[in-house]
Amino acid sequence: MSRTTSKKRLLGWLADAALILYFVFALFPIAWMVILSLKPANQLFSTYFSFSPTLDGYRTVLGDSEGIPFVRFFVNSLVVSLGAVALSLLVGLPAAYASARWRFKGSENLMFTLLSFRFAPELTVIIPLFVLYQKLGLFDTYVGMVWVLQLVTLPLIVWIMRSYFADLTPELEQAALLDGYTRKQAFFKVAIPLVKPGIAAVSLLAFIFAWNNFVFPLILTSNEAQTVTVGALSFLGGDRPKYNLTAAAALVSVVPPLLLALTIQRYLVRGLSFGAVKS
Amino acid sequence: MGWRLALRPYVLIVPALLLTCGILYPFGLGLYYTLFDFSASKPQPDMVRFENYETVFTQEAFWNSAWVTVLYAVGAAAVETLLGVAVALLLHRSTIVGRVLEKILILPLMIAPVIAAIIWKLMLQPSVGVINYLLRPFGLGGVQWTDTPTGALLSSIAVDVWVYTPFVAILALAGLRSLPTSPFEAAAVDGAGWWYTFRRLTLPMLWPYVLVAVIFRFMDSLKVFDIIYALTEGGPGDSTVVLQIRAYLEAIRFQRYSFGISYTIVLWAVVYLAAMVLVKHLGKIQRKAAEVAAK
Repeated sequence: MSRTTSKKRLLGWLADAALILYFVFALFPIAWMVILSLKPANQLFSTYFSFSPTLDGYRTVLGDSEGIPFVRFFVNSLVVSLGAVALSLLVGLPAAYASARWRFKGSENLMFTLLSFRFAPELTVIIPLFVLYQKLGLFDTYVGMVWVLQLVTLPLIVWIMRSYFADLTPELEQAALLDGYTRKQAFFKVAIPLVKPGIAAVSLLAFIFAWNNFVFPLILTSNEAQTVTVGALSFLGGDRPKYNLTAAAALVSVVPPLLLALTIQRYLVRGLSFGAVKS
Repeated sequence: MGWRLALRPYVLIVPALLLTCGILYPFGLGLYYTLFDFSASKPQPDMVRFENYETVFTQEAFWNSAWVTVLYAVGAAAVETLLGVAVALLLHRSTIVGRVLEKILILPLMIAPVIAAIIWKLMLQPSVGVINYLLRPFGLGGVQWTDTPTGALLSSIAVDVWVYTPFVAILALAGLRSLPTSPFEAAAVDGAGWWYTFRRLTLPMLWPYVLVAVIFRFMDSLKVFDIIYALTEGGPGDSTVVLQIRAYLEAIRFQRYSFGISYTIVLWAVVYLAAMVLVKHLGKIQRKAAEVAAK
């Protein structure tokens, strides 16, 4: 008896140890980035774990002193990601509601076209846009970026909000209609408040994906509307590798998504799987 | 009033429809461009019909890229699935360690893939990177990670695995938590062992959840761009030039727009076919899982 329990306990420890091993793999790069970003320039390569920490790296990155306007890139990321999410919500919520409530011609086609955007190679759309934007004067502009980011945010918002609306029983709205609400009031005063947590979560997730996007700003912006993901990479260029600055820039650009992610844990499953898996 | 009611759903989707058309337009335009020889050096292009596609399929570079892409996608999706499911099973035990770690499981997934590649590039640097420093006591201090063809491909896959394993783990964990309890109770009453329960109950019922994750991961890694661009830029040589990187080089670097788009159209067709096959398989797996759960 005692032999089986001690064997069980040993297995339990091994399982925990395996789990910890995975999390070392998952967290070490983040920790190492923090360490690297705090190193002074003269201790970059001479030491690994013992050094005199300094915020100089952050000062340089945020002080634009390397000729890379990182603060502006950060503001750009903020503007285009917020703009993209706002436009997608405005356009996507009514569409999600309509396709969850009524079966009608065209709605399924629209839904699957939107889903196919999620799986289309980005360059198929970007290369023609690259040519088109230069003709239209949308190259390197906020409007151009918000437009193309719909490819990321719109399918996400429509598909996930549809699954939230579909989970609401129509009887609630019908009761509201019987109470003399108009259909519009039923939508705004009954349906929307009930799916509010869903809207909040999907907006944050869409924001994160828009923020993390790299290939759109890489090709469709050059300096004015460039974002942090492209900006962080430019610290790697040049003659001498500036590891501490690269790490500081990388860390600054991952702070917003990381903080937001921790607040929407509960809603992530549905969001990540486009509503295909509910928790 | 009646006709207005019938029109309502259409009115609601009109804005989304317009926006979708705005995205479909460049896609259609791209498709149209592939029939021409449009490039920066030839702004007044001539119609060449399917010549671009013929060139794509007869180029050795295409077959090399296709092969690298498949290796990358299969490798990344396979490792992420195994590791992700393992992590989910370990977390499902809900020990104290597990409950603490679960809260930070998501972190790598929320880091932009390009930033992840930058972090790993710094760590994998052969002479001053921290990985070789940590490996030195084991006599492995001189690995040339991204400087050899095989090393570069494996390193890229490793970054993909680092970023996306939490994705599989999160979906699998949600699956594990939503499994019906009665089949497990029945098995426990019958005195079934851990392995039997796992193989006959957990795995078949969990598989639909895992397959959703696999579909997302496989299709996404077929069109990988960010990680490779930042980590290896396709090198050394042509060893990590996946299809989207090749399309980027042709269309943006060499400014042969038509030819570059042709590459992405071919890739799009491959992704579409893969999706059809996988989704069909998903339906079959879901029915099987429902049977097991009903028993």
